[in-house]
Amino acid sequence: MHEMGPFSGDGERSSLARALGMAFAVALVGGSLVSVTAVLLEPRQEANRLAERRAVIDAIVSQLPGVERLLDPESGDRIETRLVDLATGRYVSDATDPAAYDALEAAQDSESRVEIPPALDVARIGARAPFATVHLVRRGRSVELVILPVFGSGYVSTLRGFLALEGDMNTITALAFYAHGETPGLGARLQDPAWLAKWRGKRLRDEEGRYRLAVTRGAADAAAAHAVDGISGATRTSQGVSRLLEYWLGDHGFGPFLQRLREERGR
Amino acid sequence: MDRSNRHALLDPLIDNNPITLQILGLCSALAVTTTLATALTMSLALTTVLTFSSGIISALRRHIPRSVRLIVQITVISSLVVMVDEILQAYAVEMSKRLSVFVSLIVTNCIVLGRTEGFAMQHDVKRSMLDGLGNGLGYSLVLILVGIVRELLGSGTLLGVSVFPLAADGGWFQPLALMLMPPSAFLLIGLLIWALRTWKRAQIEPSELPESALVLSETEAVGDGLARSVR
Repeated sequence: MHEMGPFSGDGERSSLARALGMAFAVALVGGSLVSVTAVLLEPRQEANRLAERRAVIDAIVSQLPGVERLLDPESGDRIETRLVDLATGRYVSDATDPAAYDALEAAQDSESRVEIPPALDVARIGARAPFATVHLVRRGRSVELVILPVFGSGYVSTLRGFLALEGDMNTITALAFYAHGETPGLGARLQDPAWLAKWRGKRLRDEEGRYRLAVTRGAADAAAAHAVDGISGATRTSQGVSRLLEYWLGDHGFGPFLQRLREERGR
Repeated sequence: MDRSNRHALLDPLIDNNPITLQILGLCSALAVTTTLATALTMSLALTTVLTFSSGIISALRRHIPRSVRLIVQITVISSLVVMVDEILQAYAVEMSKRLSVFVSLIVTNCIVLGRTEGFAMQHDVKRSMLDGLGNGLGYSLVLILVGIVRELLGSGTLLGVSVFPLAADGGWFQPLALMLMPPSAFLLIGLLIWALRTWKRAQIEPSELPESALVLSETEAVGDGLARSVR
C-alpha cells in the first residue's frame, strides 16, 4: 500500500539540480501566494489598525477628569487634530489633512525623512518623519491634554503607542501601546492596564527642568515622581519604553513643540 | 467512501488522536484553551493548514526529491500558515491578537509535519486530505473539550456568555483562577488521557515511551517560552 516516488532511492535522477530546482519552485510559488494574500488584505488590515489607534486615543481621552463636559458626545469634535513640524514645534498649516498624514510612510521616504544622529537615537529608530500628528483637548483656550504618537525599538519589535500629557506639559495622563510584537506573557505585558496605570501622574522633569523620567529595575517607590517599575522578566522591553519616551520628549522629538505650549500657557 | 478512506478520517478522532495518544501539539493546546472562542479559532486554523498542506504535499510527492523533502514540506506549510495568519489579521483582528504568536507557531506544530512526512508523502491526494482533516478534527476535539472546561470553570462563561453567575456580580460561582493558567490544561489533558485509556485499554503504552516520540514532543517546545515556564 505504500507507493514510492521515483526519487525515493539514491537514483541518478535525484540529482542536486533537481533538488535545488524543486525547492526553488516550491519557494517561488509559496512566496508568490503569500505576497498576493498580503497585498490583497493590506487595505483591510490598515483599516483595522486605524480603528485601533482611534480606540486607543478615545480611551486615553476618556481618562481625563471632567472630559465629558469638554467633548460633544454627538461629534467628538473637541478633540483637535493638528500636524506639528517637529524641528520648529509649530503647527503645519498647509492643505495637508493632519489625520491623513502618514508618518510611517514619511519616515521611509528618502525625500522627506529626517535621519536621527546616532548619538541622539536612543529609541533606535534610525529616521523619523518631519511632521507628527498630535491630538489636543482644550478647555476654553488653554490646552488641557495633548496626545503624542511615540514609537521605538523594544526587545524584538517596534513598540507603537501614544503618550498623553496634562496641560503643564510635564505630567503624564496616560501611556498606551497599540502595536508591538513582544514575547507573549513577558514583554507583551506592556499593554497590561495595571502596568500602564503606573505611568499616570509621573512627571517628566524635576524642578530644575532636568529630564528625569525613567523605568527602574526592581520595585520603584510608588510615590516616586519620576520612576516607574519595569515589567519583571522583560527588562529590555521596559528599557525600550523608557528610551523611546526619552527620545520623543527630547529636543529632537516633541521638545520644541512642548516648549512652545509651555510658554503659551505661561503667558 | 471506502473503508480505508473512512479509517483515515475517523481513526485520528479517538483511537489515534494526535494529542491524547501521540501526545503531540501540546504547546498550543496549553496556550490557546483559556476560552472556547480561541480554542475554536485555533482548531479551525490548524485543521485548514493540515488538510491543505497534506493535499499539496501528496500531489507533489512524486516530484519531491528525498534530499530536500522536509524543506519543501516546511515551505508549503509555512506559506499556508502565513496566509491563514494574514486572513485572521484582516477579518478577525481581535481574535488574531488573542492568539498572538500561536497561529504562526502552527509551522512548528509536530502534528502537521508528522502527517505530511508520515502520511501524505506515501498516499494519494484524497486520502491524505482526509487524513489531514481527521487529525485536525482530532486535535480540535481535545482543544474544544479543554476550552469548554477552562472557560466554564475559569470565568463562568461559554463563548463569552455568562453560564454561572459570578459571586463578584452577585451570583454564586467562585471562578477557579487555576483554570486560566497553562498548568490546568496539563491537568485536564492528563485526566482526559486517563479516562480515554481506561475506556480503550489498547491505547495504554508499554512501560517505556519510545525514544522517537520523546524527541518529537521535545522539538515542539523550542522557541516557546510558555512551555518552558510550565516545565
